[in-house]
Amino acid sequence: MSQFILYKENTRGHANHGWLDAHHSFSFGNYYNPERMHFGVLRVLNDDLIDGGMGFGAHPHDNMEIITIPLAGTIAHKDSMGNTAEIKAGEIQVMSAGTGVSHSEFNALPDVQLNLLQIWLFPNKKNVTPRYDQKALDVAARHNNFKQILSPNSEDDNVWIHQDAWFSLGKFDEGFETEYKIKKEGNGVYAFVISGEVTINGQVLSKRDAIGIWDTESINFIANSADAEVLLMDVPMELN
Amino acid sequence: MQTTILYIGRDTEITIVMNRLLNARPEWKGICVCTDEEALAICSVEEIDLVLLGNGITPDEEEKIKSNLLNIRPGVKIIPHYGGGSGLLYGEIMTALS
Repeated sequence: MSQFILYKENTRGHANHGWLDAHHSFSFGNYYNPERMHFGVLRVLNDDLIDGGMGFGAHPHDNMEIITIPLAGTIAHKDSMGNTAEIKAGEIQVMSAGTGVSHSEFNALPDVQLNLLQIWLFPNKKNVTPRYDQKALDVAARHNNFKQILSPNSEDDNVWIHQDAWFSLGKFDEGFETEYKIKKEGNGVYAFVISGEVTINGQVLSKRDAIGIWDTESINFIANSADAEVLLMDVPMELN
Repeated sequence: MQTTILYIGRDTEITIVMNRLLNARPEWKGICVCTDEEALAICSVEEIDLVLLGNGITPDEEEKIKSNLLNIRPGVKIIPHYGGGSGLLYGEIMTALS
């Protein structure tokens, strides 16, 4: 029997630092909710709005798989591995922090607000050699389709990470219905509504709502509005 | 009352950041070191409430340091620290102390 948890948009943690307006789906920074610590290996889902030219100065990370998806605007990234890059909406960036890496992230544009999703997963192996990758996503392939954008497999046509996790993005026409099959036994799915309204396993979800579902092999999805866009994160439920 | 937290991690830069973060809160006293020898020496002279195991510690080293720390301070809480920065730190410590 499948189980689920609803995460409504207005129950997320909120921190407004002026230049940064952040919503935290799970405990992060000064937001602490013991009932919102993680969903399986998914530990962080931050929905950040960053003012033009502003951002996070150089800071370190370790032992975390960090995935960044800009929804609007462009990120300027620099790290201790020697990478200097810009990541635009329609692209994805991954960083395996492993033994330790330092990076900075800024809004590359002076007068356009940056909106990004930053996602942290616990890795399936600690102390790996830090690595960085970014890729342009096939936006057209998302139309009425959950297009895979991340997996554990380096040979897949997407970014890969040190975890048995698969991410998919889809943008749907109103009334479109489909099933999503979970990739690995023991995994659950965290579905995050980027825009529009959808029904997942009978639960109606609006913009920035989410649902975590586990103990099931598949989920049922219906788009209730014309602009329905959803990120699915298929992740192990057991911490390594 | 201050909670004394010992952080052990191999990366010097992260250790410096952790020292700053832990000591930024008046309710915490942070002591941050890169080697197990330093950690054991500190544990021998300081009342440690919580130990955070940071980056670069191998599974063998982790077992050994846990065993050695518990020999000196039976009952001390030892937890992994992930992320290397402020994002998860508060939640990890609050969860461990609750």
